[in-house]
Amino acid sequence: MLLEIQDIHVHYGKIAALKGITLEVDEGEIVTLIGANGAGKTTTLKTISGLRPLTSGRVRFNGDDISRMPGHKRVLVGIGQSPEGRGIFPGMTVEDNLYMGAYARSGDLSKELAEVYELFPRLAERKTQAGGTMSGGEQQMLAIGRALMARPKVLLLDEPSMGLAPKLVQQIFSIIVEINRRGTTVLLVEQNAQQALQIANRAYVLETGHVVKSAQAHALLDDPEVRAAYLGGGAGGEAAVAAAPAETSVPEAREAPDEE
Amino acid sequence: MLRRSRPFDEGDRYVLDSFLNQFWPATVDGLSLGAIYSLVALGYTMVYGVLRLINFAHSEVFMIGTFAALLTVELTGITSPLGTVPLIAFVLLLALVAGLVSGGTAVALEFVAYRPLRRRGASRLAALISAIGASLFLQQLFALVVIPWMFDRPKEGGRLPVQSADFVEPVNLFSIGPIDIRSDKLIIFVGAILMMVALDMFVNRTKLGRGIRATAQDPETAVLMGVNIDRIVTATFMLGGAMAGVAAALYLMRFEETEYFVGFLLGIKAFTAAVLGGIGNLRGALAGGMVLGLIEMYGSAAFGSEWRDVIAFSVLVLVLMFRPTGILGESLQQARA
Ligand SMILES: Nc1ncnc2c1ncn2[C@@H]1O[C@H](COP(=O)(O)OP(=O)(O)O)[C@@H](O)[C@H]1O
Ligand SMILES: [Mg+2]
Repeated sequence: MLLEIQDIHVHYGKIAALKGITLEVDEGEIVTLIGANGAGKTTTLKTISGLRPLTSGRVRFNGDDISRMPGHKRVLVGIGQSPEGRGIFPGMTVEDNLYMGAYARSGDLSKELAEVYELFPRLAERKTQAGGTMSGGEQQMLAIGRALMARPKVLLLDEPSMGLAPKLVQQIFSIIVEINRRGTTVLLVEQNAQQALQIANRAYVLETGHVVKSAQAHALLDDPEVRAAYLGGGAGGEAAVAAAPAETSVPEAREAPDEE
Repeated sequence: MLRRSRPFDEGDRYVLDSFLNQFWPATVDGLSLGAIYSLVALGYTMVYGVLRLINFAHSEVFMIGTFAALLTVELTGITSPLGTVPLIAFVLLLALVAGLVSGGTAVALEFVAYRPLRRRGASRLAALISAIGASLFLQQLFALVVIPWMFDRPKEGGRLPVQSADFVEPVNLFSIGPIDIRSDKLIIFVGAILMMVALDMFVNRTKLGRGIRATAQDPETAVLMGVNIDRIVTATFMLGGAMAGVAAALYLMRFEETEYFVGFLLGIKAFTAAVLGGIGNLRGALAGGMVLGLIEMYGSAAFGSEWRDVIAFSVLVLVLMFRPTGILGESLQQARA
């Protein structure tokens, strides 16, 4: 296992956000974590990245216990994250934001930079623009590209489709598949469950700090409970399905003009 | 004092006359005073930018710098005033020593007074109280222990000013129209500007500088990039402290004396300059310091020097009423690369 989370409990002050979460991500997989607002998805990713301390439980990476490793060192061992809300440094240029992604590394970065620009041609056009003045879609690309600059073994993505128009959502998902195809393991947090389940190998469903289901992703697509709660199949039907054409075509979509 | 008994219109004319007579000298004095405010303001603004903490003890970081500079003067055994060129070299030495001592003091302060609180997730208010406590502690430590010991004085003498040897021979270097440019004031102004340019380049062009900006803009995301926040905080205190140390060396050259209390009002003024320029903004600290120095000196020229603080702080309040984010507004958090 590349990443193993074993019965972790995490608190904000006295409030328990995670109440015993166990999950695993194997090398090469796309694993998705779905669940309603406040379920604990972001907290899980923050804990993996070392931004929140554990009350109990363990985080293992590549076989090593990293539960007490400070966050800034986890980047070097291979954990990259594109955080919720994107976390773009608003006053830095696109290129400086990308260089920030490789802050922990030293040496020549031209190869990484070229690869990110190849994956996101839009970023290459905007190199010198301030991150804060970019559109939501562009910022999301920047956040993912920045995380890739450190050559992570596992890429944690926190709601990359949040606030994006359907066409852009498509594009982001295609790129995630492409990143995975090139060898990066992905742990994807999404509220856009339909789309996430379509590209993932396996999925976990979180509810109020617990894992309530874990299964192959395609199995959850047909699960009546999951359909009712997260896929708009039940009483609370919403836009998730409408925004998601059944097929996700992979490498071509990347070339599509990326406008919002 | 006389003015109070004058008729109103004559008083007005007096104000205008004295202001016009003193306009150029006040400009020169204002800029050299403002340069010192600006340098000290950098420390407030950098620490605020990175930690959202007002480091009240920064005024004592400055105070300790003045003593480091004074001690250096003593140790070199200089007894007669220096001409301009040797003076520049000597001030460089003082700035180096005071910069290192003040930078080190600021880092030590961070380790002792702030870092343990951050580790325990204490509130900003707790850190602020710790800052005020550290400020008072250092003042009293110098008054009660350090100064009596260092200068071989009885205990009561710790609160009296300490003179340095007279090592400055101020000369009028040149005149621009009605403006006489005196060597010591020019050294202060040029020295301070050079330090600020160097700092600005450091923050904007080096990797560590990029880490500082990232931490100021979004500390949590900075960690995700592999930034060691503790190291950034240490660097920030070091840099801000060093700037205060350079300011302290320049101050000592200008006034040739210091005391345990020297940082108090100057610190408040420098903090005011930081707020005036837009706290968190490096170039704002420069602008704020210069504006404050000029206002004080123009105010003194017009109304008498006893009014300078009243005028300075009135202007602060007025500026903040119309521009709550300060003159330059934009802060280190948003500063362009
Ligand atoms: N900074 C915080 N302070 C206090 N409680 C928080 C904080 N962040 C999240 N929480 C709480 O932790 C729980 C999980 O939140 P989060 O991990 O953000 O969920 P999700 O990402 O699934 O929406 C929620 O109940 C939320 O209210
Ligand atoms: Mg979330």
